Amino acid sequence: MKLDNIYKEEKKSAIAKLSEIIITMASRPSGLIGLSILVFHIILAFISPYIAPHDFKAIDPTLMLQAPSAEYWFGTDDLGRDVFTRTILGGRTALTITFFGSLIALLWGGLLGIFCGLVGGKIDDVVMRIVDAFLSIPWILAMLLIVSLLGTSTEVLIPALGFFYGKGIVRVARAATHDVIAKDFIVSAKARGHSNFSIIWNEIIPNVRDAILVEGAMRWSWMLLGFSSLSFLGFGVSPPTPDWGLMISNARGLMSFAYWAVIAPIVGLSSLIIGINLTADAFAKALGIDRSTKAPV
Amino acid sequence: MTDIIQKVKNLSIGFRSKKGDEILILKNISTNIKKGETVGIVGESGSGKSTLALAMMGYVKHGLYTIGGECQFNSSNLLKMKSKDLEKIRGRKIAMIPQNAGQALTPNLKIGYQIDEALQLHSDLNEKEREKKISELLNKVRLPSPETIALRYPHELSGGQQQRVAVAMALAGTPDLLLLDEPTTGLDVTTQAHVLELLNFIAKDTGTSMVYVSHDLGAIAQVSDRIIVMYSGEIVLEGPSRDILKRPIHPYTHGLLKSIPKLSLAGLPESMPGSQPQPGTIQSGCSFFDRCNFSDENCKNNSPQLEFLKDLNTSVRCFNYEKLINENQVSQTVNKIKNKSQDKEILNLSEVSISYAKQKLLDQIFNRISDDNPTVKDININIKKGETIALVGESGSGKSTILKSIAGLLRTKDGLIRFDENRNLSSDLKERDPNDLRIIQLIFQNPDESLNPNHTIEEIIAQPLKLYFGLKGEELKKNIIDLLQKVRLGEFYTSRYPRQLSGGEKQRVAVARAFAAKPDIILCDEVTSALDVSVQAAVLNLLQQLKENFGTTYIFVSHDLAVVRAISDRVAVLYQGRLCEVGPSNDVYRFPSHPYTEVLLGAVLEPDPDIKPKLVAEDIVEERPPEKGCSFQGRCSRIVGDICKKEIPPWQLTDSGNAIRCHIPIKELQKEQF
Amino acid sequence: MLFLIIKRILLGFITLFIVSIITFVGTEILPGDACTTYLERQAFGEQLEACYRRLGLNVPAYERYVSWALNAIQGDFGYSLSGEMPIKEVLGPRIKNSLVLASAAIFIGIPIALILGIITALWRDKLPDVAISTVTIFAMTIPEFISATLLILIIAIWLEWLPGIVIVPTDVSFLELLPNIILPVVAIAMIMTAHMARMVRSSVIQVMASEYVQMAILKGVPYWKMVFKHVLPNALLPAINVVALTIAWLLGGVVVTEVVFNYPGLGRLVIESISNRDLPTVQALAIILASIYVSINLLADLLTLILNPRLKTLQIRK
Repeated sequence: MKLDNIYKEEKKSAIAKLSEIIITMASRPSGLIGLSILVFHIILAFISPYIAPHDFKAIDPTLMLQAPSAEYWFGTDDLGRDVFTRTILGGRTALTITFFGSLIALLWGGLLGIFCGLVGGKIDDVVMRIVDAFLSIPWILAMLLIVSLLGTSTEVLIPALGFFYGKGIVRVARAATHDVIAKDFIVSAKARGHSNFSIIWNEIIPNVRDAILVEGAMRWSWMLLGFSSLSFLGFGVSPPTPDWGLMISNARGLMSFAYWAVIAPIVGLSSLIIGINLTADAFAKALGIDRSTKAPV
Repeated sequence: MTDIIQKVKNLSIGFRSKKGDEILILKNISTNIKKGETVGIVGESGSGKSTLALAMMGYVKHGLYTIGGECQFNSSNLLKMKSKDLEKIRGRKIAMIPQNAGQALTPNLKIGYQIDEALQLHSDLNEKEREKKISELLNKVRLPSPETIALRYPHELSGGQQQRVAVAMALAGTPDLLLLDEPTTGLDVTTQAHVLELLNFIAKDTGTSMVYVSHDLGAIAQVSDRIIVMYSGEIVLEGPSRDILKRPIHPYTHGLLKSIPKLSLAGLPESMPGSQPQPGTIQSGCSFFDRCNFSDENCKNNSPQLEFLKDLNTSVRCFNYEKLINENQVSQTVNKIKNKSQDKEILNLSEVSISYAKQKLLDQIFNRISDDNPTVKDININIKKGETIALVGESGSGKSTILKSIAGLLRTKDGLIRFDENRNLSSDLKERDPNDLRIIQLIFQNPDESLNPNHTIEEIIAQPLKLYFGLKGEELKKNIIDLLQKVRLGEFYTSRYPRQLSGGEKQRVAVARAFAAKPDIILCDEVTSALDVSVQAAVLNLLQQLKENFGTTYIFVSHDLAVVRAISDRVAVLYQGRLCEVGPSNDVYRFPSHPYTEVLLGAVLEPDPDIKPKLVAEDIVEERPPEKGCSFQGRCSRIVGDICKKEIPPWQLTDSGNAIRCHIPIKELQKEQF
Repeated sequence: MLFLIIKRILLGFITLFIVSIITFVGTEILPGDACTTYLERQAFGEQLEACYRRLGLNVPAYERYVSWALNAIQGDFGYSLSGEMPIKEVLGPRIKNSLVLASAAIFIGIPIALILGIITALWRDKLPDVAISTVTIFAMTIPEFISATLLILIIAIWLEWLPGIVIVPTDVSFLELLPNIILPVVAIAMIMTAHMARMVRSSVIQVMASEYVQMAILKGVPYWKMVFKHVLPNALLPAINVVALTIAWLLGGVVVTEVVFNYPGLGRLVIESISNRDLPTVQALAIILASIYVSINLLADLLTLILNPRLKTLQIRK
């Protein structure tokens, strides 16, 4: 009986910890704004197909480039499609792809970083040199090359983005692991004779988890930025699927007389990136991690 | 009245908590500093002593703010002064010598420039004169070759030298008042004694008033005329130095003095229960109430005021001080150690050498270590079952290195480590079997680092139980609670995290974790040095009691000779990784015979104004042991000739069983003492 | 000291060597090769053979790598597929234009970032900090193509102050280029400056909290003297490396910005050569961009080494 009680307390404290973090995040104005924007976008991504007032791919030459009106809130684009409909749908693909991409980045970057930090020595040197070499090729060149050769399907984009954005996580995870393994509780565990796996799982991961998660959250906003850049260049989502980067790219040429078609997706994309960024910042502060000294690499 | 230089009046400083409550760090402090006197402010970490010292310069740290009161210097309140005017007082009228000069000197500026800056700001000397003055100042703080030191960067100096530079910098403005914030904490014993002696000299020489802030009653006793004792943000006792140290009339100071181990007394001192409350947790009543032996109902509900006793010239904050006035002196009672050490040998180190040198490729291939001058060399120690043996020495003496080797964290270069006469433990962790690992457990210096901050106390203690005995479920739980009780912690600690515990409690958890493995030998690495003074004795007593119950052998590493004296049966003195002297602690302490032991013991600071440190050797820092000859040749004041430089000294045995490694014959070594 | 410098330079070359292998192997393992991707449907028979011969693809991969690498070191990257002219000649003016753009952004950005970073740190949590930090968050997170688009919309279209799209030949003189590059430079500098300012801010705040700054205050050093003598040298030193990494990373953003403004630099060449499936040019671009990245980091490393007294003496002692 007694035992049960104590373990229940443990579990409750994990949930309590999470809600405590969210409350701390929301207690700052910037964190509250970030969280609300992010939650708004996530909800929108789920419900937008059901609330969209028009068909996103319905082309109507008679309705070309109409200014905002009661019928078309944000006006229409060069093919006569409703900009409002396309805007509220435009974040879904980007949000999904970059979310799973970040998960992949988090996973491989985190594990490789912990491994390198732990083994150190020659293996660490060699792996970090290779990671560094990958870092020195601009991500956009590599991504463009992959996409142009393999296509823009989700199965290509998610792992490719995950791979290129995981490099930075390797560094963060490695540095955090380095800090931790110098501590006496690791020495103590080693002296007791725990296995390497047990040391990684019980001693290292709980102590580097926060730093890696924060990095992953930040990485998500960079990845979103990168992905929409790809879309903008015509190497991301393929038409007619609505996507902010693509919409901006299409409407850009005509913006001298139809600025609404470019403003709406700009607001959508910017707000989402700022929302994720502010949330990640607040998350870091709530966990007591200062990440503003780090480069976005 | 004119001889008062700094007047602190009803000063309260605090911060605002996350919930918006005002939390006091200093509560209504009033005191005066007179011209020419040295006042010691003593207290544990968190007692507000540093905040008080900084306030005396009109400085309040970021995050804190003044709630009320003033700090008057020349009848103007420093805390309300404009920064323009403060700049003219700081460094010129009042100067600060910081705790950690290594951190307090700007890393990118040369020593000479940093002193010159103070001279430029606070004197009218021209460039030539300033240059001369810099040399003078560096000479005054007894730094060798001032001209070259002035051209160095702070990181190129040793800790003791950095501290001296900080003193020189403070003296540059010829201040009327010097504030010293733990100026010797973190220095080696001998260096500490030298710096204190220098400060005493400066106080006499310049007639400056000094405020000396420290947690160490030993250091305070050496320098101060008057002592202020602080406890959780309040002054609890203030009076002439000698009276406070000999006849403390506040229960906290009384208990504290009783609990500090002394060189002259073998055995463990009485311990004080509990620990200092966190700021903001005491709502009503005396803040010392729950740790006090003299408390009653009144103390629980009402806060005592600071009361001035004219005939004793002392102020005290206690309702029941009269009970202590009648008690004449601090009669220190110690629990004599009753160790049933058997003749059976449990651990044997023979000819052990350990090297930190980076291995060359060829050596890596052949899996060998080649280093002619290893960090630790020729260690021969025989440890008997159930005894406590202490390894003492300054930083760099190799004492922790030997512990690491015994624990298997470092490989030995040469020599044998044998357990129980037949198990060979010379190899490192990977080659030891689980039982070899279980029999030797470690307790570390700093429990903040040795306990995983993300684990609950239950998870921490469960680790060795699961690893070595495979315990699970109800039985594991029962064992954990059992162990917690053994270190006198309640069952409710199981679900807590280390950060929710005080320093003393955390160290108890570390002790429980070590005992969970049912070890034969426990290695204690400076286990009390990260703890507050009032908690140290309690942890030492706990260790002693557990040992008596379980017959465990302790190998105890410490730089604090008084602590070692209190707990150990035998002592091994190390210098630069070589043994100097090994023997029963009674003999080593009573008749110190190796020149280095003499230096070490002479430098110990006792909380007694009548015992002054004896400074025998220079406090030079040597980076590596000499290639040949005696390891102590560089600092020894009793060198007998070339033989010390060329030959490794032989072991000599005294009648009482003390082994000494020196070229001077035993008879002569012992003669010198008296 | 010298040893350390040589070591850093060597490490840089090793990195470039690995990059060359990655790009070579990368283009090798992807389905198809330069000829099949370029010729697409016509990739068979005589045409394919001819293409292989022209590019020397008919010899084993490692031999091709060696000869390619040897030529690349001498600045000869072979022929581009589409233009059928030496890649060297295609690259030359493009590199010049991109360098003008990027260095203008860096030289404008660094001083502004320093000033903003120092102001926000010294007035931490006060009005100037809150105001500037809010602006930098926006500047930092908004993608270049959005800020570039907005700049064109507002400055070029609505206000008609500057040309919005660069319509000049690749090899114009600097003076002719000048009015055209103002907007692209602003677009790139904005995001770069915001990043650097935030790093400078946190570095200065860290140093301001150090014991030696507290000591300088207690020594009676006047505020601004303290800031310039005791704070800034120690705060800016560690920032150098981070700034370099940021600059290198943001080079990717230059690609996008060049496309938005139709600017004839390396970035647009990247898009063009990839759209044309011109693999030899892509390889050359990868190596060149990686070299720029490596050199910026190397420069930062060396700068830190020279400026840090700690590292200097460490080497002398050894």
